Amino acid sequence: MKYILLIHQGSTPVPGTAAWDALPDEEKGAVYAAYQALNQTPGITPGAGQMQPPETATTVRVQDGKTLVTDGPFAEIKEAIGGYCIYEADDLDAAIEVAAKIPAASMGGAIEVRPLVER
Amino acid sequence: MIGFLGDFDLAEEAAQEAFAIAAERWPRDGVPANPAGWLIATARNRAIDRIRRDRTLAAKTRLLEAPPATQEGVDDVDTTFPDERLELVFTCCHPALATDAQIALTLRTLGGLSTGQIARAFLVPEPTMAQRLVRAKRKIKAAGIPFRVPADHLLPDRLAAVLAVVYLIFNEGYGGRGDLAAEALRLGRALAELMPDEPEVHGLLALMSLHHGRRDARFDAGDIVLLADQDRRRWDTAQIAGGRAALDRALALRGRGPYVVQAAIAALHADDEPRDWRQIAALYGELARLTDSPVVELNRAVAVAEADGPEAGLAIAERLELDDYRYLHATRGELLRRLGRAEEARDAYRRALALADDAAERRLLERRLAELERVA
Repeated sequence: MKYILLIHQGSTPVPGTAAWDALPDEEKGAVYAAYQALNQTPGITPGAGQMQPPETATTVRVQDGKTLVTDGPFAEIKEAIGGYCIYEADDLDAAIEVAAKIPAASMGGAIEVRPLVER
Repeated sequence: MIGFLGDFDLAEEAAQEAFAIAAERWPRDGVPANPAGWLIATARNRAIDRIRRDRTLAAKTRLLEAPPATQEGVDDVDTTFPDERLELVFTCCHPALATDAQIALTLRTLGGLSTGQIARAFLVPEPTMAQRLVRAKRKIKAAGIPFRVPADHLLPDRLAAVLAVVYLIFNEGYGGRGDLAAEALRLGRALAELMPDEPEVHGLLALMSLHHGRRDARFDAGDIVLLADQDRRRWDTAQIAGGRAALDRALALRGRGPYVVQAAIAALHADDEPRDWRQIAALYGELARLTDSPVVELNRAVAVAEADGPEAGLAIAERLELDDYRYLHATRGELLRRLGRAEEARDAYRRALALADDAAERRLLERRLAELERVA
């Protein structure tokens, strides 16, 4: 089965913020190493690229044929998606194990594991 | 069947069909030598027929590769089937399902309760319960919740989830709905048989048996009777002996987990008076360390009060941040009463009464309050 792992950053410190700069170097290194290990896990297809922070997002709606544009992500900043990857796994237990290894899961965020429709 | 087919609904339908065929044939042709095996084989063949008719269900190709068995040959086929209840219980109690869905699924598939029975037990309309079951089964299939016993490194957490579901069912029945408590006991016994080397499984079975054995003595004409006042002749001695045996098994397996400790406490409570309150207090101390629960601390306060006097117990109770918990105030009321602090005791009982919604509990608290007013 294929799962998409949606990474919600929550209060996870992300590069480019003061909270991230305040982290000790070895912790930053560990985060980079964990993401690298994730991308090299068999069955993982990494997301298309690294997302800029949710503050840079623009949300687009179309109402009565008119395009409405607002600043910021669709969800609250705290709940915005910070990244994703696809994981091909035998079952949900395997997907949960990989999700638990994503740094955001233990740094103030959460991972949403959603199965993809089989084609 | 569920393990073989990988589909709850298909298994259920196939089983129903098999029973219908049996109802028609057995009176006519006689009951087969192995009725259970016959039913499973027939249900399996029916399911294969269904899937053959519906080939778009590509996910079920596993079945199509199964050797074809003809209806006529049913009595001769190998009718030993693996016991898959353990896989089933871990699927039903998977943490990716909501707790109420875990409970409903467990009762439906392992307990064999009807949707209507489960709905009545949990005081929800039957369509609500049916919807809950449908959603849970759909999620199992769509999300790929596995049908297997978890790997060793996952087992402790997942076993704890299974035991929590069984204990929730038991507690739901403890308030008076006896069939649920009996159902939880049946599930507990099945788990002990399926996982004979897991001490916590025996611990839970011991805990439930010891509580259940005292069940008839807990109420007198609908009023709560506290343990010290219970008529021990109304205890179910066989049930309690069974509980002690399960506890011995758990201890022999070096169990020291929360269910084993709770069962040990329940066993001490079932001993002849005077109870060993010092030992009970020590076990509550152990349990508080394992669970980090203020409610457990409150129970320790009660035991300490019995062992070392109400002052010592009250000192523990007053430290707890459980202001909305009725038993905290009921306990404080009782200890304050024993210390002769009637005014404060009354206040505490009134707090407890304001928080209690169970009728029998309210009557008990009102009795206590009335006794205090008489003294004053």
